[in-house]
Amino acid sequence: MAVDAGVRGFLTGASAPGAARWAGALRRLGNAAEWLTTPLSPDDYLALVNPLWTAREPRGRIEAVRREAADAATLVIRPGRNWATHTPGQWTRIGVDIQGVRHWRAYSLSSPPGRDGRVTVTVKAAGLVSRHLVRRVRPGTIVGLARPEGEFVLPDPPPPRLLFLTAGSGITPVRAMLRHLFPGTGPGRDSPDVILVHSAPTAADFIFGAELRAMEARSPTLRLHERHTRAQGRLSPADLADLCPDWAERPTWACGPAGMLADAEAHWAGHREPLHVEHFHPTTPVTVTDGGRVRFIKSGRECDADGDLPLLVIGEEAGALLPSGCRIGVCRSCVGRLASGQVRDLRTGQVHGEEGDLIQTCVSAAAGSVEIDL
Amino acid sequence: MSTTAHLTAAEVEEFGRALDRLRDEVIASLGDADARYIRRVIAAQRKLELAGRALLFASWLPPAWVAGTTALATAKILENMEIGHNVLHGQWDWMRDPKIHSTTWDWDMASPTRMWMHSHNFVHHTWTNVLGKDRDLGYTLLRVSPEQRWHPVYLLQPFYNALLALFFEYGIALYDLEVERIPAGDKSAEEFLTQLRAIAAKVGRQIAKDYVMFPLLAGPGFVPVLLGDVTANLARNVWAHTIIFCGHFPDGAEVFTEDRLEGETRGEWYVRQLAGSCDIEGGRLLHLMTGNLSHQIEHHLFPDLPSNRYAEIAPRVRALCRRFELPYTSGSLARQVGSVYKRILRLALPGPARSEPGRAPAAEDIRAAG
Repeated sequence: MAVDAGVRGFLTGASAPGAARWAGALRRLGNAAEWLTTPLSPDDYLALVNPLWTAREPRGRIEAVRREAADAATLVIRPGRNWATHTPGQWTRIGVDIQGVRHWRAYSLSSPPGRDGRVTVTVKAAGLVSRHLVRRVRPGTIVGLARPEGEFVLPDPPPPRLLFLTAGSGITPVRAMLRHLFPGTGPGRDSPDVILVHSAPTAADFIFGAELRAMEARSPTLRLHERHTRAQGRLSPADLADLCPDWAERPTWACGPAGMLADAEAHWAGHREPLHVEHFHPTTPVTVTDGGRVRFIKSGRECDADGDLPLLVIGEEAGALLPSGCRIGVCRSCVGRLASGQVRDLRTGQVHGEEGDLIQTCVSAAAGSVEIDL
Repeated sequence: MSTTAHLTAAEVEEFGRALDRLRDEVIASLGDADARYIRRVIAAQRKLELAGRALLFASWLPPAWVAGTTALATAKILENMEIGHNVLHGQWDWMRDPKIHSTTWDWDMASPTRMWMHSHNFVHHTWTNVLGKDRDLGYTLLRVSPEQRWHPVYLLQPFYNALLALFFEYGIALYDLEVERIPAGDKSAEEFLTQLRAIAAKVGRQIAKDYVMFPLLAGPGFVPVLLGDVTANLARNVWAHTIIFCGHFPDGAEVFTEDRLEGETRGEWYVRQLAGSCDIEGGRLLHLMTGNLSHQIEHHLFPDLPSNRYAEIAPRVRALCRRFELPYTSGSLARQVGSVYKRILRLALPGPARSEPGRAPAAEDIRAAG
């Protein structure tokens, strides 16, 4: 798998015999230091000096914020220790504090792995977190930076001919791939024959528009077709026949809104060359109806829940062995990790919850289907 | 006659709703400033600890020993009280920072966090000051209320209370074992042993750190560093014991019987928390060093609100108490400590005549609202 290969490459690069000895010695030193820092870890003290030195909680420092097209920005991030080099096309999760609360969101890495170790994500202001990242975040901010993930990557070596089909901020993972395929300023040697078909409302909305137009100008094997949907209307897969007559013979990577990807998948059905897709807007089925199916993952119990009964009660009735305490939302003995869905706080009526949140089961009811790691 | 006898049931619920609104208001306003506060306190505490340890390495100079020991004791107090106690209450869980969360936090105390959270957050905060339910009422060791039946062993309580103060962290850890539940069959010997091993592991690591590793690192400074570490731990123990005893044992704190819990409403729950707790008056430094348990009343009304907000809501809670003519017991540290020790000495002896539990204490004991 591409990710593993990347990690292995990274590790082998750094594990000459001397380096391995050093790493071992450092690890032993770290273990010994635990005796001096218990119950904390040496990491917690290292982070006082430089937040990026912590290995247990992966982090990055935003070093620059570059304005891109309308309401989009590229964040240049210096990853902390233990960052695994990514493969172009992969995404990472960024954790940022807004009003004191940590929010995690997934973003495609928009740069190929660089020599200076920095990575970029390019964000279009749309929701709470992306708006914050585009408009408010300042250089110097420390963010959570999870390991790179994702299967939306090119094989190595890349196919001789390929097609990219993108729309809106769906260009971001593809930009990382293009920078990888067409590096530097001169014409790319051994670069494959690439066609990029990109849709954006107007020319000004094309994120990385100027850069990719310049890349096309200097790269004989790269052709760029821009579709300005405000003037020309939405691209239909049928239009591809004109833009890229041999589309059916090109392995294709597509990234964009759900509707566009669904159209593409329907169009490609039955064709020989594969279509790789990346849903850059994670489809969150937030159908908030009160009550729903509740699954207690560790206990292996499942049941239908009313919207006005605490999950704790529901689970206990279903026979799950759940931690509990005061049952009035005070002592927090009952918290469990939300794996999916949302809950309603029975005290305030507020519906909340993101994957990974710790929720108090004694005062939370199901708002739709819920999975909880208890 | 209880504290609430003059209130109708509807008024008690009105009081409760007013407090609920106060809670909602604070929760809605939590944000960056609060997050900055706790991170700043944590960073300051860690730097203070490092400074203390560094100074102790120079402890062949007497002023360095005094400064180092003071810094270390202060760091340990902050770690236990303003940080550990409050993080373990879930006061900072709303930030969703896995590093500052009640489910992941560990503290420099002998009590394993899960055990302490059960006996403190659940047993104590739910059954506050209910005789036979709240084990914190005298910690199953002391007679702190005339309603507790006298026994000759209490003659020794001034003595063993002093021991408890010195070795408070171990006392609390052993107390969390709930040994008295074993003979009744409420707790298995197996569970007890598992918990005892968990305590031993924590105690072992703390002893290794404070009494072996750091003294050894100091080489010829072994003895002064050891003495500094011992002093810092004892000082932390005595301070924590003092503040915590001022929370529920000074004159003015009410105790309740179990029948009070029958069908207890939200409003009645609030009133019990209020009547069973006492505040300490003082400046910002005192509040910080007590982990804001100087705002014990506010803490008991809202155990999971961030501690930095208690000072701001205290006047509003006090005003509500005035409006509903409910007692709000508060006094200087000296007064509250004096009151606690007077009580421990007096109640070592039999009597006084048992007042009816749930009764309001004598009027002069209450520094009523205002």
